[in-house]
Amino acid sequence: MGRFVVRRVVQMLIVMFAVSVLTFLIFNVLPGGDPALRMAGRNPDPSQLKRIRADWGFNDPVYVQYFKTMGQVFSGDLISYSTQQNVWQELKGRIPRTFALAIGATIMWMVFATALGLYTAIKAGKFADRFLTIIALIGISMPVFWIGALMNYYLGFKLGWFPNGGYVPFFDDPWQWFYHLVMPWTALSLLFIGVYSRILRSNVLDTINEDYVRTARAKGLTERRVLINHVLRNSLIPVVTLWGLDFGAVVGGGAILTETVFELQGVGQYAAESIGQLDVPPVLFVTIFGAFFIVLLNTVVDVLYAALDPRVRLS
Amino acid sequence: MATEPATDFSFERPATYEEEARREGAHGVSPWRLALRRLKRNRVALAFGFLFIVVVGLCLAAPLWANGPAHTDPFKNHLTETIVLDGKKTNVVSLEGTPIGPTWKGRFFLGADTNGRDTAVRLLYGGRNSLLIGCAAALITACLSVLLGTLAGFVRGFTDTVISRTLDVIWAFPVILLGVALGTALSLQGLELGPVKVGADSKLIPILIISVVYVPYMARPIRGQVLALREKEFVEAARAQGANPLRIMVSEILPNLSSTAIVFVPLLVANAILLEAALGFLGVGVKPPEPSWGTMIGDGVKHILSGPHLAIVPGLMLVTTVLALNVFGDGVRDAFDPRATVRVEH
Repeated sequence: MGRFVVRRVVQMLIVMFAVSVLTFLIFNVLPGGDPALRMAGRNPDPSQLKRIRADWGFNDPVYVQYFKTMGQVFSGDLISYSTQQNVWQELKGRIPRTFALAIGATIMWMVFATALGLYTAIKAGKFADRFLTIIALIGISMPVFWIGALMNYYLGFKLGWFPNGGYVPFFDDPWQWFYHLVMPWTALSLLFIGVYSRILRSNVLDTINEDYVRTARAKGLTERRVLINHVLRNSLIPVVTLWGLDFGAVVGGGAILTETVFELQGVGQYAAESIGQLDVPPVLFVTIFGAFFIVLLNTVVDVLYAALDPRVRLS
Repeated sequence: MATEPATDFSFERPATYEEEARREGAHGVSPWRLALRRLKRNRVALAFGFLFIVVVGLCLAAPLWANGPAHTDPFKNHLTETIVLDGKKTNVVSLEGTPIGPTWKGRFFLGADTNGRDTAVRLLYGGRNSLLIGCAAALITACLSVLLGTLAGFVRGFTDTVISRTLDVIWAFPVILLGVALGTALSLQGLELGPVKVGADSKLIPILIISVVYVPYMARPIRGQVLALREKEFVEAARAQGANPLRIMVSEILPNLSSTAIVFVPLLVANAILLEAALGFLGVGVKPPEPSWGTMIGDGVKHILSGPHLAIVPGLMLVTTVLALNVFGDGVRDAFDPRATVRVEH
């Protein structure tokens, strides 16, 4: 197990290095024109351009540029040239908000997808199954920013059932925190409920024909115990792996759209605002750390999986 | 089946493959025909496939509607004009800046936007852009994936390492994050690769971004399939006949990848349209004043208080299109390759 962890961590560091190189290539090397102009955003002035060229090393060879760029990113000195704000200072207070959104949404979609997947599998081929499958497909086909905006408008603004966007810190008022986050969680979950319930449905249908399920029935267990202890448990294993990965994908990317619609002022909204201004340094920062987080989470999931299932670490 | 059944209790001669095939009406029918036949039996999938064709047809007919009943184009603003509604003169955009909602008549059929432009006309022209970007990106992704997957799986060795590791790194980024990163980097000055120059406002930029982002999702399964195919007897036979690697790849491997490619394409188009919408919403997709469903939803969400129809209309169109592709794509998968695990996220 120890050797497996070490191997996996070394792999992780290599991928992180590759991620930083790719991000550097995307922002500093790939596009045409003057890179300093791109860093400066929409309204550059000549003295600033000069400073940017020095800070980012645009007159130096490419590898020096890479090290200067990473130096700025990892020392926390990176500033946005459009707002003159330090990127890390702007970001760090927003991190809990993004995690609050992502954690709540992952729990929500897991609960609902499990219930929906199990139910549709039991009712496979019947009307309820077909109807709910179509609903799940609609969930997959909706852009989160669209359904989020409509929920915000109708449920928040028109009916006043929910707050019309905004965020309240958990320690200020836990109830208001929850109340403000219910709609964002729901909007973000819809897509994943669709995806997960479909995966779970087919997993359950596969497991239900296994021998150990027949044995469990033959032992005289109630159908309920068979389904929950034997079928569901084994059907959930592949889904849980996916869950870890998608949690990372939401923190590192999916939150951009949801936070913007609901004015949560998290990392994602900061990224979205910077994107709208074509303000490159914050986008670069978020891109690197978003991808880092996912790579880290991948490793954690792999290690956990190996701890649970010895076959993985031996192969 | 290569192996005999362990116990055979039948006293009659077991049915031959041909007999079985004839009984099922499959005599001399290619796998393609069988798959198409299965698809034909799936009424729901066909209906949704037809729905997609209707949407494409409507968008292609955009100029007919614009020049005909609507009397405008997607860019013309009618901010200061009035139209006659129920015998009353109404401002296209009221003095407070609220645009009119759907009139259900030729002019401003689905209302106007805050610039006094005809929503229905922009919806159709926007659909052209969204569909063009979605389809072009999906086709480029499919071609790149087949090329890279085949190369990696067939040549193996160093080529495989380089291709697979690169795809792994792209895969490490969430789709939306990578799309946004590329979009932001390319939106100010466009792309300049040696002699190739693409302007920042060109629709090629979102097409290229989306096609690159989705390559790992398709290329990795293709590579796996090629790794399995290259060990098959028919490839060995071709090699024994003296066929060179290129020929084996083109005439032995490639035809066997076609069903996977077909399964992927509708789902890729659906996801490409959704990613285009997200990029447009964030302002790094199609550039204004050019419409697309994504930019229209973005505008609509911004001005939702002055008229919810601005967000609802393009969104419904988008959801209809993507849903149609998803249901049709599911049907295609069930018909061509039911065990394929296709996972594309957006």
